[in-house]
Amino acid sequence: MQVMTTQFPSLSPVQKKELSDIAQRIVAPGKGILAADESTGTMSNRLQKINVENTEENRRTFRDLLFSAVDPNCIGGIIFFHETLYQKSDKGVLFPQVIKDKGIVVGIKVDNGTAGLNGTDGEMTTQGLDGLSGRCAQYKKDGCDFAKWRCVLKISDACPSALAIAENANVLARYASICQQNGLVPIVEPEILPDGDHDLLRTQYVTEKVLAATYKALNDHHVYLEGTLLKPNMVTAGHSCPKKFTPQEVGMATVTALRRTVPAAVPGITFLSGGQSEEEATQNLNAMNQTALHRPWKLSFSYGRALQASALAAWKGKAANKKAAQDAFTSRAKSNGLASKGEYTAVSSADQASMQSLHTANYVY
Amino acid sequence: MGQKREGCWMPHQYPALTTEQKKELQEIAERITAPGKGILAADESTGSMGKRLNPIGVENTEENRRLYRQLLFTADERMDACIGGVIFFHETLYQNTDDGTNFSQLIKDRGIVVGIKVDKGVVPLAGTDGETTTQGLDGLAERCAQYKKDGADFAKWRSVLKISDNTPSELAIMENANVLARYASICQQNGIVPIVEPEILPDGDHDLKRCQYITEKVLSAVYKALSDHHVYLEGTLLKPNMVTPGHSCPQKYTNEEIAMATVTALRRTVPPAVTGVTFLSGGQSEEEASINLNAINTCPLGKPWALTFSYGRALQASALNAWRGERDNEKAAAEEFLKRAEVNGLAAQGKYESTGDSGAAGQSLYVANHAY
Repeated sequence: MQVMTTQFPSLSPVQKKELSDIAQRIVAPGKGILAADESTGTMSNRLQKINVENTEENRRTFRDLLFSAVDPNCIGGIIFFHETLYQKSDKGVLFPQVIKDKGIVVGIKVDNGTAGLNGTDGEMTTQGLDGLSGRCAQYKKDGCDFAKWRCVLKISDACPSALAIAENANVLARYASICQQNGLVPIVEPEILPDGDHDLLRTQYVTEKVLAATYKALNDHHVYLEGTLLKPNMVTAGHSCPKKFTPQEVGMATVTALRRTVPAAVPGITFLSGGQSEEEATQNLNAMNQTALHRPWKLSFSYGRALQASALAAWKGKAANKKAAQDAFTSRAKSNGLASKGEYTAVSSADQASMQSLHTANYVY
Repeated sequence: MGQKREGCWMPHQYPALTTEQKKELQEIAERITAPGKGILAADESTGSMGKRLNPIGVENTEENRRLYRQLLFTADERMDACIGGVIFFHETLYQNTDDGTNFSQLIKDRGIVVGIKVDKGVVPLAGTDGETTTQGLDGLAERCAQYKKDGADFAKWRSVLKISDNTPSELAIMENANVLARYASICQQNGIVPIVEPEILPDGDHDLKRCQYITEKVLSAVYKALSDHHVYLEGTLLKPNMVTPGHSCPQKYTNEEIAMATVTALRRTVPPAVTGVTFLSGGQSEEEASINLNAINTCPLGKPWALTFSYGRALQASALNAWRGERDNEKAAAEEFLKRAEVNGLAAQGKYESTGDSGAAGQSLYVANHAY
């Protein structure tokens, strides 16, 4: 006989309070996350585009450029890659210390990348659970207070399959449970890729199914929701969808999907930017925060490319360009800080006008 | 698009409801739980009415049941401000007032939404420690269509779980969540807002924490099932138990503690899209049910849904006592009912000030929510 309803508390009230406080600090009003956790391989992609060699020193220099300029008024947390956690600033201070001294929370990517799910149409799960508890304990000692783990799903005729949804939800819940045991707030990231020609409604439908499974798994694994954050995709049409949708439609579809699946106990939702441009990511976040539906969680950002693209392009690996790069970064950070409060005004009035005229009233999502 | 393939879930939407259907359902749900309003659960089955009428020395006849419901349904206009919906039992839907007005029509004409109990009671789950599921799915679509024609715009279905060393079992949780989701799906197809009621009985000596834990597990399963069955959450209501200690629990708790445990459990499981939560009163006294509802509405946590009442006994106990089957007592009985209705209307807005204790004593025992 299966009895599942005896409680064996996984966290003490003190542990819960610590996790809840960390989460609240990260998504304090007007703040979001800088996702600076690009792996070595991913940094290669970024640096190659600006003709910079992918060396450890270049990676250090670029992160130093960002971290020395980062404004704690709009950045509540920064996600690190393992290597970066142990690198130092130009002044010889360990990066986590630099960040902490600014009052920003330090986070760490803890997954070990995707692995194939046999018998599926190219779907994946994510690995990294082995020894995760010990790693989390060490990261906590080394200054981290939150973690990130990315799962990936895709939309096609056959995907996502029931297995992919269930497996990724489960592995996210295991990761979250282990993090909390070690005082780390888990950011739960079930990314649904924007590749494909599907429309907005299809993404919304799939997002609702994926998030419902995610929160059922978190509940099954006794995860303390008040001490977590969610990092989902926005609900957008596929990249090759012929129909275009406005930020208002993206906002409405996204907030509707979240309202149907994400319990109010979750303190904040920090969107990934996926393949969006910097401006697109800001406008969409702004539209979320202006949607006329009640939103009981903070809606903010956890952006990588959407915060760094201009900075990288301005930097080009040259010390002389450092200030220009920092200004570009700071500008995006400020814009997204405003967008997280629904107070962002698009740069050109033409953008504003075009957004308003395409607003679709009344559709019930 | 949407070809069936072996062993694969097809991630395609086959929309269960049109835009118009969704709008209608959401508007009905919003009307029932409009600010300051809740539900009169007058859906006692014939058997249950026997239990109510017996203690006041009234014979359980069809006429007596009609007379009793009439005095409630013809209460004066004060009822319209605090009652958003009335749940009927099948028999009552087709009864009339003394002057021949159909009860359903009477309630509708007052601007109150008519609801109907559609389940057919509990049946045992073999191999469990006395646990049950609820029956009533057979022909439910046709019954709902007829009820809609006969004036009903919402329905109610009660599943029951209990707490003991061995229960609720995984099977009981899963089976009841599933049957509630099937019921909800069928209702919506017929323009009827389903009230989803997964009642966890207060019997037992378990403490507040245990009830909270189990409530969270049950509600999590319920909402996963509703998602799996493609139920439109904005067009539903939830009728849960409040989170309370068991009846024979030696430890006593304040209304604030009950409220904090209840709201915390709901925040962890009930999606914001759900229009309203209409609590059942279980075995609570009239005053207890009102004070607890008020404490829930003043709990300092974010509450994205309406939090109101769907009370049976907690609205009618005094009225029944005042009536005692006498026509001469009808006005006094209606007065008792209206009193409770108005108090609960205030409690649903966090504006009820009980003449009893609470107040300072309640505040000093407030426990930070991290302990929940």
